[in-house]
Order: sequence, then C-alpha cells, then structure tokens
Amino acid sequence: MPFEFEYSPAPEARTVVDIKPSYGLFVNGEFVDGNGRSFKTVSPSTEEVLAEIAEADEADVDAAVKAARRAYTRVWSKMSGAERGKYLFRIARILQERAREFAVLESIDNGKPIKESRDVDVPLAAAHFFYYAGWADKLEYAGLGPAPQPLGVAGQVIPWNFPLLMLAWKIAPALACGNTVVLKPAETTPLTALLFAEVCQQADLPPGVVNIVTGAGETGRAVVGHPDVDKVAFTGSTEVGKAIARTVAGSRKKVTLELGGKGANIVFDDAPVDQAVEGIVNGIFFNQGHVCCAGSRLLVQESVADDVLTRLKRRMSTLRVGDPLDKNTDVGAINSAEQLAKIRELSEIGEADGAGRWSVECELPSTGYWFAPTIFTGVTQAHRIAREEIFGPVLSVITFRTPKEAVEKANNTPFGLSAGVWSDKGSRILWTASQLRAGVVWSNTFNKFDPASPFGGYKESGYGREGGRHGLEAYLR
Amino acid sequence: MKATAPSPGATTFAQETASDAALRRFLHGLPGVDQVGAEQRAASLGTRSIKTESKRQAIDLAIRMVDLTTLEGMDTPGKVRALAAKAMRPDPADPSCPSTAAVCVYGDMVGVAREALGVSAGSTAGRVHVAAVATAFPSGRAPLDVKLTDTRDAVEAGADEIDMVIDRGAFLSGRYLQVYEEIVAVREACVRADGSSAHLKVILETGELQTYDNVRRASWLGMLAGGHFIKTSTGKIQPAATLPVILVMLEAVRDFRDTTGQQVGVKPAGGIRTSKDAIKHLVMVNEVVGSDWLDPDWFRFGASTLLNDLLMQRTKMQTGRYSGPDYFTLD
Repeated sequence: MPFEFEYSPAPEARTVVDIKPSYGLFVNGEFVDGNGRSFKTVSPSTEEVLAEIAEADEADVDAAVKAARRAYTRVWSKMSGAERGKYLFRIARILQERAREFAVLESIDNGKPIKESRDVDVPLAAAHFFYYAGWADKLEYAGLGPAPQPLGVAGQVIPWNFPLLMLAWKIAPALACGNTVVLKPAETTPLTALLFAEVCQQADLPPGVVNIVTGAGETGRAVVGHPDVDKVAFTGSTEVGKAIARTVAGSRKKVTLELGGKGANIVFDDAPVDQAVEGIVNGIFFNQGHVCCAGSRLLVQESVADDVLTRLKRRMSTLRVGDPLDKNTDVGAINSAEQLAKIRELSEIGEADGAGRWSVECELPSTGYWFAPTIFTGVTQAHRIAREEIFGPVLSVITFRTPKEAVEKANNTPFGLSAGVWSDKGSRILWTASQLRAGVVWSNTFNKFDPASPFGGYKESGYGREGGRHGLEAYLR
Repeated sequence: MKATAPSPGATTFAQETASDAALRRFLHGLPGVDQVGAEQRAASLGTRSIKTESKRQAIDLAIRMVDLTTLEGMDTPGKVRALAAKAMRPDPADPSCPSTAAVCVYGDMVGVAREALGVSAGSTAGRVHVAAVATAFPSGRAPLDVKLTDTRDAVEAGADEIDMVIDRGAFLSGRYLQVYEEIVAVREACVRADGSSAHLKVILETGELQTYDNVRRASWLGMLAGGHFIKTSTGKIQPAATLPVILVMLEAVRDFRDTTGQQVGVKPAGGIRTSKDAIKHLVMVNEVVGSDWLDPDWFRFGASTLLNDLLMQRTKMQTGRYSGPDYFTLD
C-alpha cells in the first residue's frame, strides 16, 4: 500500500486582520469621507465583498494634492534628510512589526498565496523603506549633482499585482528625496494601502506627506492630470501608460512609467536543467503570472526541448492551486473576473491559432476566480500568445536552434522589461545578456528583486528606473 | 561467471562504463547543478506546513524509515542489544507504534544484533533488518581485498544490508572507474551462499565531495555500479545530510529510473535530529520523486537521536501535551 502524502489544510489565521465595513480617503493625515460615492472590493478567492471603499472624484483628488503641496512647502521639503530618514526607518520597522497583518490582508484582497505575501511582498516592501531611508541624508553623494532638489508633489498610480510592494517602490524613494505624494491604489486591491495609511499615522508622519485616494480609472486620471502635480509615476498596463504619456505631454511633469512585458526565459542546452525548470515555474507561475516582468515566453533550445518540457510538466503537476491563506498553496486566485476573462480569451486564441494547450489537472474551487497553470507548446513568433501580455499563469513555449536565433526571438517584441538566461557557460550568459534589450536580465535565476537593484523597461515596457541609486533620479532635479 | 545478474544500470550503460575516459565523459556530461537554485528550491520545500493528520502519518512513516544507528568505537554487545530492543518496540508504552526499518551497526556486531532481534533464517519481511557498515568504514582507506573481506564477513554473519563507503580520494582525483569497479566488487561480495544478496547502500560522503555537481556524479556512479541505495554520509563528517544534497540525490534517482526503469533508494544520514527535519525530507521526497519513494524500501533515515524526537511528537499528537525526555527510553 503506497503512502499518499496529502497535506492537511494549514490555513493562516484571518483573525489578525480587522477589515472595516467601509473606508474613506486618507488626506492630510486623516481618513475623510470624500464625496460619498463608493465601490466594493472583493476577495478574488471567494468573491466575498470585503469592504466599501470611497471613490475619489476630482474635488477629492484636488484636496489631496493641496494637502500634499502644503506639507511639501511647509514641512517636508524643509526637513533635513536625516530627519526624513528617521520617519522612513520608523515606517519600515512598523511594516516589519505588522508583517503578518499585511501579509494576510494582501492575500485576502489580492488572491495571492500567503507564502508569497509573507515571504516576498511584505519583507521586500519593508526592505525598500529601509533602503531609501538610508539614502535620505546622502542624496548629495548619489552622483546626481552637488545639491539635488526634490520635485514637489508626486502623483502615483499603482497596479493590483503587488499592491503593498508597488506602494513601497513608489512612496519610499519619493519621500526619501523630499517629495510628498498622492497615491492611488488599484481599485481591486485598496486594502493594504489603507492599512499603510494607518502606519503613517502610527509613525507620526507629518499630515499631508502621504495621501491615499482610492478609486478606478477616473480617479487615476484626476491624479495624473492635476495641474499642481510635479511628477507622475505609474505602474500598470502599456495601454494606460500611453494615455498617461499623452496627458502629461507638454507639461512640466516628470514621468516614469513601468508597463507591460513579455519576458523571454532562454534555456540553452547546457543549462542546469532542474534549476532551469524551477526558474521557468517561478518565472511564470509566481503570483499567478500577474507579474509585469514574468518570463511568459520560454525560449528553449530545440535539442533539449522535449526533456525540459517533460520535466516542466512533471514539476507543474506538483503545484498546489487553491486557498490563498493556506500556507502550502503555490498558486492562488486570479485577481478579478475581468482579468480571468482576459486570460481565458487569450488562451482560446492560442488554441485557435494552433498552439498545443496543456494544463495541470487540478481541482479548482467552485467560487472565486481561478485558472489552472497552463503551457502552450508549438508556439511561433506569429501567434498572438507569443506577442501579447496575458498577465496570467500561461506560458508560451518557443524553440530555437542557435544563440543568435534565441536573441533575435527574445528581442522580437514591442516590450523589453525582463529576460532570463540559463546556461552553465559563463561566456554564453554574458554574451546573451549583452545582446538582450530588456531592463532586467537574470541569469540562472528569475524574478529576483532587491531594493538596491534598479528596475525598469525598454521600448513599450516604459521608461525611468525604480530601485537602487537610479531610482532616486526619478524624484530629484 | 558472475554470481548475480549485472544491474540494469550496468547493462544500459555498458559503453559508458567501459573505460575511465568514457565514464568521465558520461559523468561530466550530466546536466550541472546550480548551487543557488538548488538551495533555494530546498529551502522553499522546507517551508511546507505539515499539520494534524498529515503530520501524524508522516511521523509514523518516518519511524518506519529509521535505520537506528550506533557506530562507535565503544559499542558493546549490551549497547547493541539495547538498540535492537528499541528498534523493535520504540515506544514500549504504545504497541501501535511501528518498529524501525533496521538497526545499523559495525560488522562485528551483526551476530549480536540478529540474536537480539530474534532473527532466524528466512524472510526479511516484516522484521527489523540488520544493516552493517563495511569497506573500512568510515574512511574507506584500505586495500580492496580488506574491504571485500570486511563485506563478506558481515554478509556471512547475517547482515541484511551493507552500507559501504566509496573511495573519495579516488573520486576527487578523477579515478571514477576505480570507484565504479570497487562498488561492483562490493556488490558481488554481498551475494550469499544461497545466491540471494544483501542490499547495498553506497555512502557518498557528500560532505567531502563538496560540490553539488560532484554529488550528482557520485550518485550516478553508485547507481551505475548497482547500488540499491545511495546514502549521503557516514555521520562522521560535517556537513552530513543537508536538504539540497538530498534534493540533488533524489533528482538523480528519479532520472536514473526514467532512463533504466530501475528504482534506487535514498538514505540521508547524520544531522537529522528533529521530527521537523524528518518531515521536511518526506515533503521533498513527495514533491521531487513522488509517493513511489515514500516507503522504507526506498527511503531511510540514518539516525540515532531522531527516533526519540519522533516518539515525543507522536505522543504529543495523541495526548495533546509534551512529556519530558524521561518518558522516552535512552539507548
């Protein structure tokens, strides 16, 4: 009788978070009601309504920008870098202290597995605050001139895939450089940003330095288009990014855009094959594939393609899809019904275009938004699933014969955010990396993030860099 | 003519094992292991949370997989008898507690162990096995004929399983064929008068091989030469069994079965002291090679102190509270 090792449910306790029935806007250090309109945020794994969230209109955004301007002129721009750094260190420490609360809330609101929110999102968010706290009093030594100055009020719009982490990427460098911010979280994932507002209060951050306005596209447009915003930072889809670039064109506003991607993960025949398979899995199934720098195209050398695919499918069949709060879950829920529909549509197009579809056989929960990890084989450059960002757990497998062909195919995309190179041969890795037009190239690993490392794209993946010393440049003049 | 059929590995890989050069080409042609990636994968499997019923089952399985070991210069018949008694009935207060897979002793203690276990001739099914270390354990530094005599003595004394060490010096100096031929010879020395054979575990002493590439090559070498098990360590060298090393070895036995159809077991030994560690290993077995290996025939723990921690956790799960160490037998 073979032993079947079934893992019993290991749910993280939900009691650590306290979700209020309704949330207002965070303006000038306080929660305010706004104009009265609201929308609902739901848990994507259960479709349960979590809370009513205020929807900021132009007047609300204007009030937030005014508060930010006041805080900038009267307090924040006058404060020494060392003092600003103290606030950032304090925020970082509070994030660490309340890490469990943030992780659970993020998994409930976003649908991502607790394993990832606990081990990646929240620790990295805290790390970003620690990192930029250290820069606050050293800006003169950043190589950006002898006395770099802040820009003023930053309008920031962030996506739903890493709600707290993207907030940290935006707020930490802005504040370290002496700017104040008006931030709009994504409409499907506002809760951790609102909890972060509480952290700002707890850290005694001067009122108005951080303002959080919730809402959908209209609210975002109001933030970006506000005449008194000096800097626009956006992470999200290429389509919206283009619209933002058009809106701010001709204005004094400085812009950074971090947009879509269609990252190539290149596996050469001399790759460490088991780790490459791990890297492929991590590249596309991490965070349900809701990652702008996901390795959504696997470029595998034809001579090892069969072996790699056999190993990949075997590995994929051990992925545990289900309850985001279970500590053993590897793949959680798709963030929204809308996103699920988009993933389904593109997958159907992939099938219709003639690519071979293979999905993990797994039981998906009956409520919520779910999509089984899927790969498409026999994909060519002409297929839509090889060109368009799916933003879901769907991998397109393309083969190549020579290193030159791999590079050509990898670069043959309107995007240029990330790429991966797998080989045991150092010279091949270095050559390939130098040929790839992508903002981040990982070798023998994938989806590794560190606050000290700059991140950003080529071509339609956006411009400007976030993270590291380079990330300061976006918030200084 | 050989007394035992050559292993399927040897048949499939006759060319690869024909010369030192061919063997080297083969072993160095195996896919490399990326250290960072392997350690990351091992660490991520280590975060699995095994609770309630799955933990209860895992603990019982782990007990059934223990090779309860004493390998000291100061071993005496009395010590070995105590060990054997413990192996048969790990928890005297609870008859539902399974016995361990084997006791593992030096070759001269095989007779004592058999007697203490009440072993008579016949089937090994359902009883605690006797495993003996041989081949100039732990260093393996002795002439081949001494190693073979050591092995034959243990087999004649009635050992069910032989844990041999490879010649790490030969391996590290690149004399792979010598290592291979030595394992083949020891396997032949495991054959009993009646034609049956003691099971051979090949100890790689991964702490001395140092790199994961070496671990993968040594694993293949041990399997090609016909080892029934590949085992990490003697327990005399640090580091002994680590999760990334077990990961690489599990990948090797998985790939070997895919190629030859022959299944080889894996035995981590040394350094596994807590139930939590043992469960991490079982999770890794489950997710890397699957349930085919979740059986004492295919996965063992070489350990001494681990057993008491497993028993303590087992009792805790039954009673809901921890008992002190005095409630578990010392051996």
